[in-house]
Amino acid sequence: MDFLNSKKGLALVGVLVGLGMALLAFSGNPANMAMCAACFIRDMAGSMKLQTTETVQYFRPEIVGLVVGSFLIALATREYRSTAGSSPMTRFVLGFIMMIGALIFLGCPLRMVLRMAAGDLNAWVGLIGFVLGVATGTFFLKKGYSLGRERDTNKTAGAVLPVLLIIGLCISVFAGVFAVSQAGPGSKHAPVLIALVTALVIGALAQKVRICFAGSVRNIFLMRDFDLMLPIVGLFVVMVVFNLATGGFKLSFDGQPIAHSQHLWNILGLYAVGFGATLAGGCPLRQMTLAGQGSCDAAVTFVGMLIGAAFAHNFGLAGAAASAATAEKAAVLGGPSVAGQIVLVCCIVVLFVIAIVNVRKQKNAA
Amino acid sequence: MIEVDARGLSCPEPVILTMNAMKKGGSEPIKVTVSNTVARDNICSLAKKRKRTATAQRVGDDFVIEIA
Repeated sequence: MDFLNSKKGLALVGVLVGLGMALLAFSGNPANMAMCAACFIRDMAGSMKLQTTETVQYFRPEIVGLVVGSFLIALATREYRSTAGSSPMTRFVLGFIMMIGALIFLGCPLRMVLRMAAGDLNAWVGLIGFVLGVATGTFFLKKGYSLGRERDTNKTAGAVLPVLLIIGLCISVFAGVFAVSQAGPGSKHAPVLIALVTALVIGALAQKVRICFAGSVRNIFLMRDFDLMLPIVGLFVVMVVFNLATGGFKLSFDGQPIAHSQHLWNILGLYAVGFGATLAGGCPLRQMTLAGQGSCDAAVTFVGMLIGAAFAHNFGLAGAAASAATAEKAAVLGGPSVAGQIVLVCCIVVLFVIAIVNVRKQKNAA
Repeated sequence: MIEVDARGLSCPEPVILTMNAMKKGGSEPIKVTVSNTVARDNICSLAKKRKRTATAQRVGDDFVIEIA
């Protein structure tokens, strides 16, 4: 497995993940949303009627695959370790906030990269916020920020989330009791088996080579280490080629699928995600990988994201996608509602509070 | 020998603690204990970047990295 963590290996993994993304995009997932941790967790919240926006309800097999893929490979390589106890409720809040920020931008860091690869300039603007957010988080890490140690716990505890997700997927596929969108992003999805298998592979790869969007930027600030950028660059390149080949590439601010051009809110949304992810020790995708390998704290972060998604839609906090005028409907400018803007600003304040109160004295840290 | 116990800490705290130990101890050898492979790999690559040799081994469920 040493090869996978060499520079060539990291880039190769990025290419493989990119091919997986291309397959998912090609098989029917929403435009520029081959896979998105935030959007797909939101869709799952919708499928279980934690939120009832009719266009975003579907129990996404990709989320199940990511967590379970990580779980299985961790079991196979003796890296599964059931742990808990590193400020779980603080992590719940971080998950919640990351989700609010991501849904105001309309995408997690993974979808940000996918949108960038499709020429969506709004995502490039959002990147500024993401980088600033990670930089802010890194500043506090250097000051001695820590959520404390996680400790070993009962072996079965770490398996709860993967098992629950498998049960949920079975209910979704065989019992059909979950809500499924008839229109909108939730209605667009790859066949279950393709989605599940692709995500299992990506989950396993992500566990092996620590794909983390926040971590890759953070390591540059922290120690001038560009290695973790390699998988993301690989993924980006594959998706640019895919988008060019399938005619999905369009360099512009307007007319981008499931996006808006409220620059300030794109920046602030991803600022909250970058900051929150750095404080939580990983982006939304990485949290799912960690949850799969037995971290109950990461599983709590996942639950925070799920509840955050429900709040975002139940109370109209999420950003609306911009759309051009049609015969039936006037043009929509898109972006977050006033309520969404207020909540996001409050979320950023909460992030600062969490960062400040969890800084320990350097003396004890070293 | 400086000893760093970074078990159970989230990414990238083990790396930060090791960096601090390097700063404080100069070229003094460092022994870091971590509880997962990501932290192990990150610390080994940090040592490599700082032109130090690192040897990692599994001890029970943990990993011990000795940086010379």
